[in-house]
Amino acid sequence: MSKGVAITGMGIISAIGNNVAENFQSLIEGKKGISRISKIQTNHVNDIMVGEIAYTNEDLVEMLGLNSDNSFTRTALLGAVAAKEAVANAGIDDINAYNTGLISSTSVGGMDMTEKYYYESFDNKSVQKYIESHHAGDSSQKIAEQLGIDKSLVTTISTACSSAANAIMLGARLIKSGELDRVVVGGADCLSKFTINGFKTLMILSDTYNTPFDDNRKGLNLGEAAAYLVLESDELVKKDNKKVLAYVKGYGNANDAFHQTASSDHGDGATLAMEKALKVADFNPDNIDYINAHGTATGNNDLSEGRAIIRVFEDKVPCFSSTKAYTGHTLAAAGAIEAVFSILALQNNVIYPNLNFKTQMKEFEITPQLELKHKPLNAVMSNSFGFGGNCSTVIFSKTP
Amino acid sequence: MKQVYINSVASISAQKTFDNAEFLNDFIDHEAVVFPVVNPDYKAFIPPAAARRMAKGIKMSIVASKIALQESGLDQVDAIITGTGMGCLRDSEKFLSALIDNDEQYLTPTAFIQSTHNTVGGQVALELQCKGYNFTYVHASNSFESALLDTKLLLSNEEENNILVGGVDEIGEHTFKLQELVGHVKKEPVKASELFESNTSGAVYGEGANFFVLSNEKQNNSYAELVRVKMFNTLPKDQLTETIETFLASHNLKISDIDLVILGANGDADYDDYYDILSQGVFKETQQAYYKHISGEFNTASSFGFWLAAKTIQSQILPAVVKRNDLKSTGFKTVLLYNQYRNENHSFTLLKQC
Repeated sequence: MSKGVAITGMGIISAIGNNVAENFQSLIEGKKGISRISKIQTNHVNDIMVGEIAYTNEDLVEMLGLNSDNSFTRTALLGAVAAKEAVANAGIDDINAYNTGLISSTSVGGMDMTEKYYYESFDNKSVQKYIESHHAGDSSQKIAEQLGIDKSLVTTISTACSSAANAIMLGARLIKSGELDRVVVGGADCLSKFTINGFKTLMILSDTYNTPFDDNRKGLNLGEAAAYLVLESDELVKKDNKKVLAYVKGYGNANDAFHQTASSDHGDGATLAMEKALKVADFNPDNIDYINAHGTATGNNDLSEGRAIIRVFEDKVPCFSSTKAYTGHTLAAAGAIEAVFSILALQNNVIYPNLNFKTQMKEFEITPQLELKHKPLNAVMSNSFGFGGNCSTVIFSKTP
Repeated sequence: MKQVYINSVASISAQKTFDNAEFLNDFIDHEAVVFPVVNPDYKAFIPPAAARRMAKGIKMSIVASKIALQESGLDQVDAIITGTGMGCLRDSEKFLSALIDNDEQYLTPTAFIQSTHNTVGGQVALELQCKGYNFTYVHASNSFESALLDTKLLLSNEEENNILVGGVDEIGEHTFKLQELVGHVKKEPVKASELFESNTSGAVYGEGANFFVLSNEKQNNSYAELVRVKMFNTLPKDQLTETIETFLASHNLKISDIDLVILGANGDADYDDYYDILSQGVFKETQQAYYKHISGEFNTASSFGFWLAAKTIQSQILPAVVKRNDLKSTGFKTVLLYNQYRNENHSFTLLKQC
């Protein structure tokens, strides 16, 4: 079980960049993508900050070369842009040359259009095309079509904020079991009034820049993003002499079974997920050089996750940081964008700073990495936890 | 590679199916465009105060999960895998309507929390106190099949040994109206027994929860073996027959080895031709069954088809109400299910007597 699955391509669009290169540049320059919301009309405009992508839907439609009568939601548009970059990065010309699937993930799906045309759909025929774009599987079907994937396995995972980590996990297992030769895995979520107001009622949105693992953290900033990886079987990598970016070395999934939205005080689910991932990777805790934490900057998550990290790593906690201060919390996409960040960390031997940190948390003594740090990295752990108690950990490594 | 068995079943549907001692004994011939479920006694499974707060989808799923767990003889499972096309739709609509109608004011979190797609999987885990692997698939008419595929992988590779897997969807009033608007629902109420003679556009809708315990250990009372589930995001009509033949051949089977083919036809004159190609083509001489006239159509209706297949293999009885022809009355050893919805998300599921 310890052999890793090869990653041969990646693509991303987030508030800190429209492709992999731009995202990396922002990460090492400490450049945040957090601002006031501009593309959604909401009464909460002055109470929240978000990680918004600069492109409008019209820009994205043009980039993808879609007809004006398309029924793409913003989730599908962002997903298609990132997935196309990943496939191009993997040097794939003929997607159907091998048995290739798509495992995508989303939490909002087509909610952006549904909330816009909720009542208007009954009177205005021209917006009825979005009715069938509402369900979560729609964006995946459209992304598959954009990639040219047909007659193949396409599915969608929705486990709240751990969704894309689970998509990567399933993809790796499908390759290992020989069910697919090649699979595009990741997730996409756009901002919507629905999620803004939902998180608002839970009172976990910060009115300023989010501050992960800070004692005075006030909550999260929502973000929008999409990111995808291409995973390939060893046979294909060998046959096509593919350049491997990194490997999916381990993965673990567990449920906290504690509360529908809150994490348990001591992070039982998170601990289990990290332990399982280490076991699949056949690693000891000291094999991990950097943890890209979930670190949403909510009171509950950072405490629970911090305690879980201490439970797993004891007195040898490796460098860790949350990149949510850069991008905001991109919900279902978070696991995929942080997978891209983890792979970039491995490729460039660099650990990103945990921005906006000022005050040490009282409950424990571990402190996130505060400055950009260059250090040889062999393995990076990425955590993603969500509502419904869903906890996921993926480990990326330089060698198989 | 370990073999995978269906060790227990539980169904809450538009028919009285929650009692496993029965098998479609009393057919309810609904006449509507949307079929309501026959509710079990929720109080027998969930404290009434808790049940009142729960979304319909959660309630149905918890009861179905408990029935399935009980029948399997297990106290706990290693993993919970859920398929749902729309999640707890009524709560999504409730939150969204309140948001729009009250201009983002006076909102409470309950409906938002229940609106997330994985709320069913999370609630079942909470109820069973299961800290294991927990996934939710949300891919339209392949939501349940995705959950099944994952279950099969985990059990075959011995990553887990006993898994609770299910499909659930509930009707949401607003979404239903929108689906009526775009012609996905039949315009006039149809009698269930006459659905396939309606010859009109659209389907009749339904809701339900079907849960199963699958295991890599066979029990004396195992229902059947799950041999394979395969999905296709697209499948051109003219390649359907050939694709099925290739699929069967990969398991050393021919069309004539199939004792029963269960088709996901839903009475929609615009899309049932996929099923007609098979029922009038390669499977002309095979015993055929339809089920969506008794369950209604919903994203995870195929989990009801899976329930029907498991029950038929175990009892060796094919209830008259689902029979499409009369070629075979016993000897149901190898059963194939085929489903698609509106020409997307096709699936083949192959079961064998064990």
